[in-house]
Formats: sequence, structure tokens, C-alpha cells
Amino acid sequence: MSATTALLARRLHRLKREPFNVTFTLSQPLIWLLLYSNLMRKATLPGAEGVPYPTFMLAGVIAFTVFGNSLAGGIPVLFDKENGFLTRLLAAPIPRSSILLSQFAYVSMLTVAQVLLITGLGALVLGARIETGVPGLVAILAISTLLGLGLTVLSLALAFSLHGHGEFFAIIGFAGLPLLFLSSALVPLETMPDWMKFAAWLNPMTHGTNAIRSLVIRGWEWGTLLLSIGVIAAFDVVFLALGLRALRKRLA
Amino acid sequence: MGPAVIETKDLRKKFGDVAAVDGVDLRVEKGEILGLLGPNGAGKTTTTKILITLLRPDSGSASVLGIDVTSRPDEVRRRLGYVPQELTADVYLTGTENLRLFAALYGVPPAERDRRIADALALVALEGHEGKLVRTYSGGMRKKLDIACGLLHRPDVVFLDEPSLGLDVASRRAVWDHVLGLKASGVTVFLCTNGMDEAERLCDRIAILDRGKVVATDTPAELKRGLGGDVVTVTPEPSGDGELSRLDAAVRALPFVKSTKADGNGALLVYVERNETALPRVIDAARAAGVGVGSLSYSQPHLDDVFLKHTGARFDEVERKAAAAAAAKKRRR
Repeated sequence: MSATTALLARRLHRLKREPFNVTFTLSQPLIWLLLYSNLMRKATLPGAEGVPYPTFMLAGVIAFTVFGNSLAGGIPVLFDKENGFLTRLLAAPIPRSSILLSQFAYVSMLTVAQVLLITGLGALVLGARIETGVPGLVAILAISTLLGLGLTVLSLALAFSLHGHGEFFAIIGFAGLPLLFLSSALVPLETMPDWMKFAAWLNPMTHGTNAIRSLVIRGWEWGTLLLSIGVIAAFDVVFLALGLRALRKRLA
Repeated sequence: MGPAVIETKDLRKKFGDVAAVDGVDLRVEKGEILGLLGPNGAGKTTTTKILITLLRPDSGSASVLGIDVTSRPDEVRRRLGYVPQELTADVYLTGTENLRLFAALYGVPPAERDRRIADALALVALEGHEGKLVRTYSGGMRKKLDIACGLLHRPDVVFLDEPSLGLDVASRRAVWDHVLGLKASGVTVFLCTNGMDEAERLCDRIAILDRGKVVATDTPAELKRGLGGDVVTVTPEPSGDGELSRLDAAVRALPFVKSTKADGNGALLVYVERNETALPRVIDAARAAGVGVGSLSYSQPHLDDVFLKHTGARFDEVERKAAAAAAAKKRRR
């Protein structure tokens, strides 16, 4: 068994010992979907006229979920660092990348499970169907994983670099809701003042949302898809470069 | 001397302007337990981190089992065992799941895995508990599991950081027995410790580190002998300067007495060669000089006294100061 598989297995073993934790984590996005959909039920959204709000919101909740999971991706490693386990790992003859890969694989598995749950229940309960069907769902999962890659590495780099979990949670807590509001997740960009539109365009959540939203409500719009995926990939490259540089300092 | 298991030569490492390790030379022979002793900030952790490949030295060399730690860290990692001072076993996993994790991380062949796990469990006397969640273990059991996790790949050298810190007396003794068991099986042990009793009980040799330098290296017995021998403390009865000087003259004539000193509290400190008959002969000499003996005690120097001599402070005092400084630093941040 490779080091990556062994470290991933450790995380999965933990899941079965923490059923409450799993239940809350998995159901969190459902709560978002239910609350937002009903909160904004009567709003008319420019650029999405005639689209029921739950259907419009589906993409936003998925992108927000990816953000939440990925930015929290460093937390288990943060605790490993604080209780000495990480030192022990670093003294073991394992590739340094296995620490990152196992955590990315874990975050991605969690994201895939949540996206399947949201889209499944969204369709059944709220009638939010995906226009592009099952192939579209597969594309949504791929986009979600791509979106999560850079963010997970960024979170891991933070976990390695910061002094303790207090600082980490302060940063994540500070960034979370602004990132949500400064994106197209809840409302189309067209409804925002120019400065917010600009800030939102610099937010990968916007591009994740746009790509997924086009698949959910309109169909295969290759132009939108390629542009959004290109921007997400560019963010990944930047985050990976920044993150790996910070990690290399710690993982000598 | 055979080839050293651990060897450092003029090892140096600075953090900013502070020289954490300032020219450390260490040599650990095969099969011995070497204790690295020193107050917080003396450079123990930095030295250990360099040896287990987690830090690169600024200059000097360090090798483990003859392998250079900076140029071939992966080879060194494969052959050493490391047990940090924190309790690191995953509490949401069972003992077996923790052990299997480490077997995988250290590339233990699958065919041998279960046998090695059984051997490691037997060595630390945890058989029968391996199926339970580590959450239900006591602190002592968790420490034993941590040690077992570090032995699955059959390392030739094991680094133990404060192995009995925070354990109750029984667990502490059990852990010490396991460490001695390791030594008996031919494993070389590098022990970082703050515990004088732990060092005295386990170590073949002790290296005392102070401000990044090795200030003394020897067996515990030799280090203590270096202090000037055992001490007989005699209080004359009745006590007075006349009695003290007559007593002083009388004991100085004894062949095994090395020196004497008044302690300022009415007692005479008589430094002697180790000698089972010292007490009765001191009493006889006092009687012969017509001095009554009010109280008498014989003491052997403690490692703490060695520490006092080499670092200029009582061990626990240094510890307290370091803790207070660390706390103050934390408050300022």
C-alpha cells in the first residue's frame, strides 16, 4: 500500500468513528440550498428570467460547498501538526507529496459525495433538474474537483505556515462569507455595482458557479465552459505555485 | 572504537541571530543508550531535528548509521525510528489500525506485517488491547503504542523524545523497561530528556548541552565522580567553632578523606572516596578527638548536582525560568 493510500485510509477510518460529524458535514449544503431557495423565491434575476430560483441556486451551492471543503482541507493537517503527528510523518521515508495528495483525495471524495447528494435531492425535492443530464453531472463533478485543487493546496500551505489553529480559523472565518457574496453564487453578476462585479470576477467561485450554472440551466455552452474552466485552471496554477512554495519551506 | 551509529562534527544551526546549535560534536556507539540532557533552549530539539532529517544544519556534518543526513535523508529515514514526546497515535483508530498505518508508511512487506505488529505489541506489552479504539487507552498505553509504531520497520537506531513525560509512575517504569528491552535487542537509543531519574536509570552515557554546546559527556557515574566524590555531613554536639576545628583536624587525617568544608550552618562537609566504612570511621575519629556527634549523613552526588556544575543552575530552576520566558514571549505576541 502506498503512503498516499495509507494516509487516505486513515482519514476514511476516522469518518466511520465520527458519524455525527459526517452527517452534519454532508447535510450542510442541503441546508444552504433549502434556505437560499426559499429566501429568494420571489426575486427576479436579470439574465435568468423564467428560471426557478432553486435551479439557479444549485450551481452556487455546489461552488460554495467546494470552497468550504477545500478551504477546510488544511484543518486535519493543522491538528496533525499541533499534536506532533506531522513531525512523525516527516521523519518517515514517504514522498512529501503523499501528505498533500492524500488530503486532496479526501477533500475531493467528500465534495463528490456532497455534490451527488445536493443534485439528487435538489432534483427530487426542489425540482432543480440538470439540463445536460448525467453527462452534465459528470462534468460538474470534474469542474468541482478542479476548482477544489488550488484551494486545497492553499489551505494546506496556510496550515503549514501559520502558528496555530487560532490564526487559521480567523483567516478562514474572515474570508468565507465575503467570498460568497463577492461571487455569482447567489445572484447574477449583472445585479452588482461595477466594483463588486470586478471583485467577483477575480473570485474563482464565480467561474465555478458560471460553468456549473450553464450546465444546469442552459445546456452545453462550450464558450462559457471553456472560458470558466480556463480561468479556474489559471487560478489553480497560481495557487499551486504559491502553496507549493510555502510548503517546500516546511517540508524540506 | 567501531563505527559510530550517530556522529556529528562541529554541527551548527542559527535561527536569526541565535545560535541554537553552536558546534556540537557527538558520538553514539552501537547498542548504547545516549541521553541528551539540557534545559529548554539548550539545543536538544534542534540537534535531534537535524539528526532525524527535519532540519538542515548551517554547517558541520551529521551522520546516522554512517549515512549523511543532509545528502541522503531518505535512506536515513528508512533506518531510524522516531517517537516524539507528544502522544501521536490517532485516537479515532484502533491500535491495529495505527500500527498498520505505520507499517505502510515504512514499507513493511505485507507478508511480514502481521507478525511484526504482533512482535511490537508483545515488546510493549499491549497484546489484547490492539482491537480497541485508542481513545479508550490510558496515557501510558498510548505512549507504548507510539513506541510500537516506531519499531515495525526494525530500525537500528531509535530517537526517543521525553518518552515518559506526563506518565504516571507505573507507566513510566513500564516504558523504561521497554527502552532497556530495546537496548538488549541491540538497538541504539538516542534519548532526549529533562528527567534526571530517567537519564540516570536508562543512559549508558549522558551528553549535557548548554547554550548550543556540549559541556560534558560521560557515564552518569563518571560525571558524578567528577564532582569530588561522596559527602559525609557531620554536625558536632554540642556545636561550636572549637568542636568544628577539632573535628576537621581529626577527619583530615583519615586516608579516604579528600577535602572538608564548613557548610556555614554548624555542620562539616567531608568529601570522601566512595567507601562503605566511611561513616563508622568518621565517628571513631570524632570520638578519639573528644567531639560528640549530633547527626551524621552520607550522600552521593545526584545528577542534578552535575547539571548545576556544568550549566550554572539547578535543573528545575532552569526549566522554570525557560517556561516563564516562553510564557512571557507568548503574551507579547
